[in-house]
Amino acid sequence: MDITINGQLHQLDIEPDTPLLWVLRDELGMTGTKYGCGLAQCGACTVLVDGQATRSCVTPVEAVAGSPIMTIEAVTQDPVGQKVVEAWVSQQVAQCGYCQSGQVMAATALLKQTPKPSDADIAAAMINLCRCGTYNAIAAAIRHAAQA
Amino acid sequence: MNEMSPPLNLSRRSFLGASLGALVLGVALPAGGRAFAQEATPAIVPGTRVNAYIQIQPDSKVLFRSAFIEGGQGIFTAMAQIVGEELDVDPTQFVVEGAPPGPDYTLIGGARFTGGSMSVRMSYDAMRKLGASARRMLLQAAATQWRVPIESLTTQPGRVIHAASERSVAYGDLAKAAAALPVPSNVALRSSSHFRWIGKPVARIDIRDKSTGKAHYAIDLKVEGMLYGAVQHGVRLGMEPGALLNEDQVKAMPGVHSVHHLPGAVAVLANSWWRARRAVEALQITWTEAAPGSTVRVMPADYSSEKHLAELKARTGDGIAFETHGEVGPALAGAARIVEASFDAPHLAHAQLEPPSAIARCNADGTLEIWAPNQAPEMFQADAAKVAGIAPEKVIIHSPILGGFFGRHFLYQTANPYQQAIMLAKATGRPVKLVWTREEEFLRDALRPMGVARFRAGLDASGMPIALSAVAVGEGATGRWFGRTVDKVDSSAVEGIAGKVYAIANRRVGQIHVDDPAIIGFWRSVGHSMNDFFYETFFDEMADAGKQDPYELRRRLLADSPRHRNLIEAVAALSGGWKRGPFTAEDGTRRARGVAMASPFGSEVATIAEVSLKDGEVVVHDVWVAIDPGSIVNPAIIEAQVNSAVALGLSSALLEEVVYEGGVPRARNYDGYPILPPDRMPRVHVRIVESGAPMGGIGEPGLPGVPPAVVNAASVLTGKRIRSLPLSRTKLTDAAG
Repeated sequence: MDITINGQLHQLDIEPDTPLLWVLRDELGMTGTKYGCGLAQCGACTVLVDGQATRSCVTPVEAVAGSPIMTIEAVTQDPVGQKVVEAWVSQQVAQCGYCQSGQVMAATALLKQTPKPSDADIAAAMINLCRCGTYNAIAAAIRHAAQA
Repeated sequence: MNEMSPPLNLSRRSFLGASLGALVLGVALPAGGRAFAQEATPAIVPGTRVNAYIQIQPDSKVLFRSAFIEGGQGIFTAMAQIVGEELDVDPTQFVVEGAPPGPDYTLIGGARFTGGSMSVRMSYDAMRKLGASARRMLLQAAATQWRVPIESLTTQPGRVIHAASERSVAYGDLAKAAAALPVPSNVALRSSSHFRWIGKPVARIDIRDKSTGKAHYAIDLKVEGMLYGAVQHGVRLGMEPGALLNEDQVKAMPGVHSVHHLPGAVAVLANSWWRARRAVEALQITWTEAAPGSTVRVMPADYSSEKHLAELKARTGDGIAFETHGEVGPALAGAARIVEASFDAPHLAHAQLEPPSAIARCNADGTLEIWAPNQAPEMFQADAAKVAGIAPEKVIIHSPILGGFFGRHFLYQTANPYQQAIMLAKATGRPVKLVWTREEEFLRDALRPMGVARFRAGLDASGMPIALSAVAVGEGATGRWFGRTVDKVDSSAVEGIAGKVYAIANRRVGQIHVDDPAIIGFWRSVGHSMNDFFYETFFDEMADAGKQDPYELRRRLLADSPRHRNLIEAVAALSGGWKRGPFTAEDGTRRARGVAMASPFGSEVATIAEVSLKDGEVVVHDVWVAIDPGSIVNPAIIEAQVNSAVALGLSSALLEEVVYEGGVPRARNYDGYPILPPDRMPRVHVRIVESGAPMGGIGEPGLPGVPPAVVNAASVLTGKRIRSLPLSRTKLTDAAG
């Protein structure tokens, strides 16, 4: 099976129903994308598939063969992703940081589709869980990135 | 080792090799480097040996070994600020990692753990001296090199300066020479009026890595040749696996290496974690009930949260006294009015986002190497040694940053996966990386205890409280894990009911111990997480019964305690002046405010929450927190920690409870155990008050005031007191309709 991650083609010999998350983490050694719940509840595993925020823990790899996938490892190569990361740094969002890869990817997807999001847009798009409660800083960083 | 973050592991290796009494201030010491070493002294004074903490690289970057583990609370940044201030190195030039086990790091009264909101306050003086000592050694090295008096030298960040000759040298170029010098015994510390980084909102040193997926947690690590493991536990602790009905089919699944019986669990090892997980979940396991004499805490098949709560509520009496002032009995007897109420709070899960994992590797030299999330490396080392049957000094513990902890990663035996990883590594002769699924984590987490508290207060004719008797019923986490003395109260079970600051002349706080069959542990702010809810909501009941405003009554009872009175006035001012309500907000919603105070972990906190009701649920709009930790290191991190504590406290008040039925927790993932989602996060406003009192904690103190402030506000709207958490159990209706 061929999949394209961050612009690079990978040939995989793997059960086709393996979740994309575990292909990234164990097969390709890209550990920036996190395992939190395995049930699409928390969003720590969020990546972009065709520009859409996608929870990779419940996405069979065969379903995304042929689709461009972007992970946190390449986020700064994307102009919108770069803006988001800079906002995350300037707003000092992260605490433990474990959910933040997924948060940054979700924010990148939002700003790609809606460059000037309203507070309601942010609330609708940013539904990933953060046990450290960085939610206010996340919203502030997205507003900041949207103005950058 | 491969794929670990390279500079950290290189440094660790060189450090481990040299840590037996050698002074290492520079990297890449030649093999003979130990010849320069200070003589090892038999008694190591924790926090004094520069070599154990500080390594200056040729590029003048400072590798710093922290006694405390980073898990979001910002301790690595705080260490860089404190040490950097005295060493004269900008915190941005620090690379910080968790220190290995060892007597150099036992800074908490001879012990070491990351908890109790103790890290900064217990190490602040020692870390300043450490930084100043290292700076002095660098100055001495430069003085020798230039043949000038040390008094003629100064430093600028990262450099020694000789102004008279206009010479300067980078720390990195002096590190090796400085390594040959003894650690000075007495060094002058920088005047606080000249602080550049301590007390300032310095940026976190880990923020960019955490924003780009580059931060490595235990679950991200990999060692050469490792197998991946997944487990299935017996649903009740004590159950043991028997026959595996489809073992052959499971062994034939893709990538499966082997199947193993473990105490209370079955493991599958495979060449990827997903394959191991899929295989272990396909196993059909025959479970047997706990045998008599089982060494674990057997969970009874008829245990339920409902039953345990009923048992706590049924216990009568005043319990063993923990705190007494005056004569509560006669004062109650003479009171004009008696107020009584009983409260309860449920078991809670930590629900940190990073599931527990462990890597174990048996090395050819007889050492055992463990990578595992932990808040107490020495305790894990001692326990791992027992499991492996080797001496503790043969166990090398690596302590990666934590993907949230909140008390999750203490030594809780059956709640920690590393013992299983050790057994699997020994059984296979291969390194093993074991990761628990979220479902196994919800099954085996060490829970915040369930608690009940009963209060009885006496008011005088004017409505002022003159007597208060309280009893906490349940079990404390400290007693569970560090030993309980019969006839003595476990302070972790009563903190937050005891230690309150109000001047009520006659008071008594007692505890009735009831064994909790569940595995309990420390959860952010420990006993305070529920006890301040009990006390501070009962306080409002006293105020209402005596026809007093709850804020004004608190102020009156703090008349002789300026620190606390200032603090409650500070939070009122921050919120625009105290108003209880109900009042109508600009958006037309009917709202009220509640106030609460708490004295957790050496800090003082006053909290106000503003709420409304919508569809039977509480909506929290704003939370104002005034916190007085005495003195501070980083106001930006304090504000972030208060935000975080508000989120967790609110989550517990609104949503969280672990419910057992038939000895099994009902929820095994976030779908059944909801935690605070983004759309329920209130605005948070923080005021830091530096009273100059001894330094208190930061990570936990923001939490305990939140549940009572929210519930006190909600009770104004409902017109009925709420005495049980979480609020999601009850459909709340506005008394005004």
